[in-house]
Amino acid sequence: MKAKIHVYLKPGVLDPQGAAVAGALHNMGYEEVTAARQGKLIELDLTGDDADAAKARVDEMCQKLLSNPVIESYSIEIA
Amino acid sequence: MKSAVIVFPGSNCDRDAHDAIERVTGEKPAMVWHQESDLPEGTEFVMIPGGFSYGDYLRCGAMASRSAILPAVVAHAATGAPVLGVCNGFQILTESGLLPGALMRNAGLTFVCEKAPLKIDNGNTRFTSRYGSTSELIIPIAHHDGNYFADAETLDRIEGEGQVVFRYGNNPNGSQRDIAGVMNEQGNVLGMMPHPERAVDEKHGGTDGLALFESLLGSA
Repeated sequence: MKAKIHVYLKPGVLDPQGAAVAGALHNMGYEEVTAARQGKLIELDLTGDDADAAKARVDEMCQKLLSNPVIESYSIEIA
Repeated sequence: MKSAVIVFPGSNCDRDAHDAIERVTGEKPAMVWHQESDLPEGTEFVMIPGGFSYGDYLRCGAMASRSAILPAVVAHAATGAPVLGVCNGFQILTESGLLPGALMRNAGLTFVCEKAPLKIDNGNTRFTSRYGSTSELIIPIAHHDGNYFADAETLDRIEGEGQVVFRYGNNPNGSQRDIAGVMNEQGNVLGMMPHPERAVDEKHGGTDGLALFESLLGSA
């Protein structure tokens, strides 16, 4: 199985890198961009075939290491 | 006072920390590798130095805060013993949960390396008592991820409890409320982005960091 984890900054946390990306896109003529937020995608290869159990374990990994709950949220996709 | 400096792969201020501690105490601190699981017996003061532990992978300080030595540091802090984290050490202390908040990418996106004017916000701590009536310092900063963030409720709380120890005179990185250094509620763990160990000798260009180590380590 594979787990895909999206880690992103919580709403309300300023994202200077996202703001710079939006500014660069504007400079390139993409004026329809009103905001950009930059996050991370983490992919894990996992043993086992119980998706629910895997999701519970990955959730624990997110809380213990893969995200920082002070500034980040995450979502998990098991496939 | 017996001291220990924790060394991670990528630490680069560990020798400056060692020299600053030796200058003030006359004793060499133990240099403790991150794979150890215990501090040397009798250790009183623990310093987590600056650098780029584990290449800043995932988040600054994230890997180091899960390394083998950290549970011993957390347990040591719980006894009320003094712990100081500077720069990457500050990031490691927030990642480990010993200090509130988080350090994010500088608002200006650039690495900042300069002499930073600081204000002592709380002079009545075991880290600042020897500054006396001095309330403004110049201490070097050198970081890319020093933008202190915590939610408004946490900021109000730590300000109310006197946990904000240092503020920038001229905010270089976007830190909330100009915060440069915070301590825990018990007052024995301090994290700060500026480098006091780089300001303990006239040849450094200033000695404003010296009184911090003297406050902690009790020398004249």
